[in-house]
Amino acid sequence: MRRLLIGTFIAVAAASMAACGERPQELTAQKSGKYQGKPDSQPWNNAQFNNNKGQWEAALKSRNQNQNEYTRVE
Amino acid sequence: MARMKFLCDAERCIECNGCVTACKNENEVPWGVNRRRVVTINDGVPGERSISVACMHCSDAPCMAVCPVDCFYRTEEGVVLHDKDLCIGCGYCFYACPFGAPQFPQAGAFGLRGKMDKCTFCAGGPEKDHSPEERVKYGRNRLAEGKLPACAEMCSTKALLAGDSDVISDIYRQRVLKRGKGSEVWGWGTAYGKPEGKPAAQPGAKS
Repeated sequence: MRRLLIGTFIAVAAASMAACGERPQELTAQKSGKYQGKPDSQPWNNAQFNNNKGQWEAALKSRNQNQNEYTRVE
Repeated sequence: MARMKFLCDAERCIECNGCVTACKNENEVPWGVNRRRVVTINDGVPGERSISVACMHCSDAPCMAVCPVDCFYRTEEGVVLHDKDLCIGCGYCFYACPFGAPQFPQAGAFGLRGKMDKCTFCAGGPEKDHSPEERVKYGRNRLAEGKLPACAEMCSTKALLAGDSDVISDIYRQRVLKRGKGSEVWGWGTAYGKPEGKPAAQPGAKS
């Protein structure tokens, strides 16, 4: 009886540890879903705008309004 | 600043292909590659409409989702760009894109696909701004010059709008409200006048 209990205990312990030996199977060469290329700079990080985002946005805003002929005509 | 978007007004587009030519010239796009093209439905029959199509710089871009080498990225302004040094030319993005934006140059005599090329919203790529590498691989970086894409700025009827989505939506909304609908859009009333004694059109009524 005691042997049977010990045997059962060992079998349950071994079964519960079975997954611990598994190796991770994720794709390690590539981080899926994340951009893998070179980093890009911001469009305002240049000599023309001197890293001034506001200045760049103002330039673009004025260009945007050039597309509205209602404001250009009136 | 909100996201950068294109908006094409089908009531205004006259299928002149000026946007296509401007894009090809500005970015020196190779033969056989069209980053932008004009699509016409009901060609030659009443109700004909044209629309200029290129990469729509989707907020949830399917090309980004399917790329096996993850070469796509989205800039802070919402422009979808890619790194040509990583692209393997598999063509998955072409199948995923609902607009047919990704283009593949024929790289060899046996129809081998080259690296993918698409509209960059005239924002260049991940190379140094205004560098010769950026120019050759991705075309001109007008956004870093404080300018909008050449196609939209070149559009003679201003059918194609580009820029901050909130601003161009407002421009379009104002335009639609001013021009009305139905025959009013064509300017017949302005050109020939309204028939005398005809009551003014009620809002929501058919023209």
